[in-house]
Amino acid sequence: MHGVIDMTQATTPTPAEEARGPLLEVHHLTVEFATRKGIVTAVKQVDLTVRKGETLGIVGESGSGKSVTSYTLMRILDRAGRIAEGTITFSGIDVANATERTMRDLRGREISMIFQNPRAALNPIRKVGDQIGDVLLHHLQAEPRNVKAKVIEILEQVRIARPQERYHAYPFELSGGMCQRIVIALALACQPQLLIADEPTTGLDVTTQKAVMDLVTELTRARGMSTILITHDLGLAATYCDTVVVMEKGKVVETAPAEQIFRAPQHPYTQKLVRATPRPGIALSDLLPEVAVVPSPLPEGERSAPLAAGEGAQASSQMPAPPHPDPLPRGERGLPGAPLLKVENLLKEYPRQGVPMGFFAGLMGKKAPPEEAIFRAVDGLSFEVNKGESVGLVGESGCGKSTTSTIVMRLIDATSGKITFDGMDIGAIPAKEFAHHPMRRRIQMVFQDPTDSLNPRYTAARAIADPLLRMGEQFGIRGAAQMRAKVEELATMAGLPLDLLDRFPHQLSGGQKARVGIARAIALKPDLVILDEPTAALDVSVQAVVLNLLEELKQTLGMSYLFVSHDLHVVRLLCDRVIVMRQGKMVEEGTSEQVLEAPKAAYTRELIAAIPHPPV
Amino acid sequence: MLKLIASRIATAIPSLIGVVIVTFMLTRVLPGDAAAYFAGPAATPQAIAEIRTKLGLDKPLPVQFVDYVTALSKGDLGSSLSTGQPVATEIASRLPASAELTLSGLILALAIAIPFGIMAAVKQGTWVDHACRVITTAGVSLPVFFTGLLLVYVFYFKLGWAPAPLGRLDVFFTAPPTVTGFYLIDSLIAGDLETFRSAAAQLAIPTVTLAIFALAPIARITRASMLSVLSSEFVRTARAAGLTPYKVIMVYAFRNAMLPVITTLGMVFSFLLGANVLVEKVFAWPGIGSYAVEALISSDYAPVQGFVLAMAILYIILNLVIDLAYGVIDPRARSEA
Repeated sequence: MHGVIDMTQATTPTPAEEARGPLLEVHHLTVEFATRKGIVTAVKQVDLTVRKGETLGIVGESGSGKSVTSYTLMRILDRAGRIAEGTITFSGIDVANATERTMRDLRGREISMIFQNPRAALNPIRKVGDQIGDVLLHHLQAEPRNVKAKVIEILEQVRIARPQERYHAYPFELSGGMCQRIVIALALACQPQLLIADEPTTGLDVTTQKAVMDLVTELTRARGMSTILITHDLGLAATYCDTVVVMEKGKVVETAPAEQIFRAPQHPYTQKLVRATPRPGIALSDLLPEVAVVPSPLPEGERSAPLAAGEGAQASSQMPAPPHPDPLPRGERGLPGAPLLKVENLLKEYPRQGVPMGFFAGLMGKKAPPEEAIFRAVDGLSFEVNKGESVGLVGESGCGKSTTSTIVMRLIDATSGKITFDGMDIGAIPAKEFAHHPMRRRIQMVFQDPTDSLNPRYTAARAIADPLLRMGEQFGIRGAAQMRAKVEELATMAGLPLDLLDRFPHQLSGGQKARVGIARAIALKPDLVILDEPTAALDVSVQAVVLNLLEELKQTLGMSYLFVSHDLHVVRLLCDRVIVMRQGKMVEEGTSEQVLEAPKAAYTRELIAAIPHPPV
Repeated sequence: MLKLIASRIATAIPSLIGVVIVTFMLTRVLPGDAAAYFAGPAATPQAIAEIRTKLGLDKPLPVQFVDYVTALSKGDLGSSLSTGQPVATEIASRLPASAELTLSGLILALAIAIPFGIMAAVKQGTWVDHACRVITTAGVSLPVFFTGLLLVYVFYFKLGWAPAPLGRLDVFFTAPPTVTGFYLIDSLIAGDLETFRSAAAQLAIPTVTLAIFALAPIARITRASMLSVLSSEFVRTARAAGLTPYKVIMVYAFRNAMLPVITTLGMVFSFLLGANVLVEKVFAWPGIGSYAVEALISSDYAPVQGFVLAMAILYIILNLVIDLAYGVIDPRARSEA
């Protein structure tokens, strides 16, 4: 940690940088939060330096303190948080002790921020143009008479098409990527010197992510601005940053030039992160830390000790002695058993609507708009899933992959098409009745959000027992003791420590909740499990563990997976075959290797190119 | 916008029909015989029967209902048995009195509760917040007739600041020429400041009584919704952009926080209509509530039916106004309509 500043100075200066002094210097920053359980230190003794024109990446998993650090730089921590120690110097100004008035002048004009979840970051009931105008007017960058023209000029700079019209748009009328452009416009409106981007592309599609990041890079370069990019995605940081700082549990564990972080990570935590990041040319087991942790030749040797108790490490160490069954060679795995699921010419149409029908419209008894236009969410899709096979369904948001999985799950009815499951035409069973159909227990689902998909008032044990109680007749479980034994068996399979079984979802970590969801899905010994982005909400190190767990369970239980994801790298690791979807149609189908390494369709190539490639 | 209004009114029609049927049935099944009441305690069964025939109460219920609806469609709400006056005229003269009282109570409550709720949220955990909690709890805990009597006792009887709680105007004044039926407005239109002052003085204490009652739900909802909006991400964006606290709170947070408050206003208004009945009794207010209570006690069907119908229409109009206000504030609601 003491080497931080030296390391930064060792960075090769970017072309934009001309050996000027640092713009921002953070020294020994410690931030505390007063909570009900006492004082929690979120950021401990953090040192950072950002030079003019430099892009600094702060990388870490949830709870690492990276966002708190950035809020502290702007002094927008909530009431409970305070700077306990350390200094923040921004172009000569002592930020930690500056008056609120000084800070207001800094915010937006000198330092500005773009946020995760752009739609929520914008005022839902104010025109986006007015929101940008507010900032311009406040910082005296425009006058009421010319503010609109200025806003439109800025909208043009962030490549918003038809800016005159979009000035009057509300956030709900714009797509996620467009909202992020508005947030960027808002942040860059006053030509600040430092831009803090807090997970700016999380939740956006890869192609949108690339467009947004390229735009940010271009605009900041052109203005000679410095950027702090906060992300959990090492690949993204490595692609767009000059220097990367890795944070773990409130501390900076490593600072190095971007390419070094990937090629030669020094700290064990960084090594673990790098390993856990899905990337081309690796196998699933490569994501996990090596079984015997080799003590790393780090100057600060004591760092490896607390790691074992670390959040990410916890998840993996919780696995009760992972039995490492030799994964079958890929070709064999895909050997076709009889087709389990056969989908033919699946079609799902929705009446096209300007905005989703909400509570209010329902209240007024409004009918769908009279427009005749029909939106095809799934447009003539056909595919098969064989016994014991995993098939990935990949595409960007709105491509129809989730609709497809929901129809296969028989939660909604298709407009037309045939779904055959193990020789039975389950598409003919109405969605309403399928819940009580004996076939229902043979198809299970693991949901995207491990938190929202658990009943907050059920303990982990109750959640896992739920399907058994509802349709587990064939297991002949009698009485609480037998049920408990069964639940414990399932929890063990899913790698959930048994002492956590009586906890409620809010007392579990994200990875633990994911395990509960998986244990619940395998409880009825299904033949097909639909995995709807099961790891999208998880940290990479937890994702690595969960993906391996899923692979293992598949081998042991002989299930088939339909894996819905937007992340091609993850899909490649888990799936035998991949189906790429776009606008409800299949663009490409093939084995994972074929699709990823020799994509035939231009769209697939575009998708693959958009994934930030870490320099390996 | 016109389409929205039309569709809202159209959806209100079934509920109005329901109200007409239910009030008709209810007044018929309630205990008490209008004919007996009207004939007086000394009347012979023969006299009662005669009156019953005269009032049409001996006809079968469906026939009575058809008669009622036929009259209703002509705008005839029937006549009160006790006063002999047509119900429509009575309601027309009394409704403005109640409306003036209820609206001024609501406006006063809003004027106090909203800033209070905002302050409590912005300065969460400080004395303002605690004061807000204490006052609102006290406000809902005390029944309106009690607060009303207490205020009369203190401000009329002890301090002598308020005029006698007897109606809308001091006896020495005459009502201003009717334009809206609201004395405050009519007297101003007539340019009669003396009458205005008298009407305002008479209105003050009953208004405060109602406002204290309505304060609690409004202040609490304002506080809760401000708190959730203040912790939302777009408020953080606004703060990160350096906007002043005033702009952040009033333009960004407050307008969003108003949405749930507006929704609850409809409910608060209907509570107030209920509370009004008691307040009118305490202050001898010549409003529609006291009229309906007296009619109900004497099994006087026509005024009760007229009252319920008037309230239903009022409530429907109010909800329409609220929906429109919602649409003005929230573009999402607008585009769905």
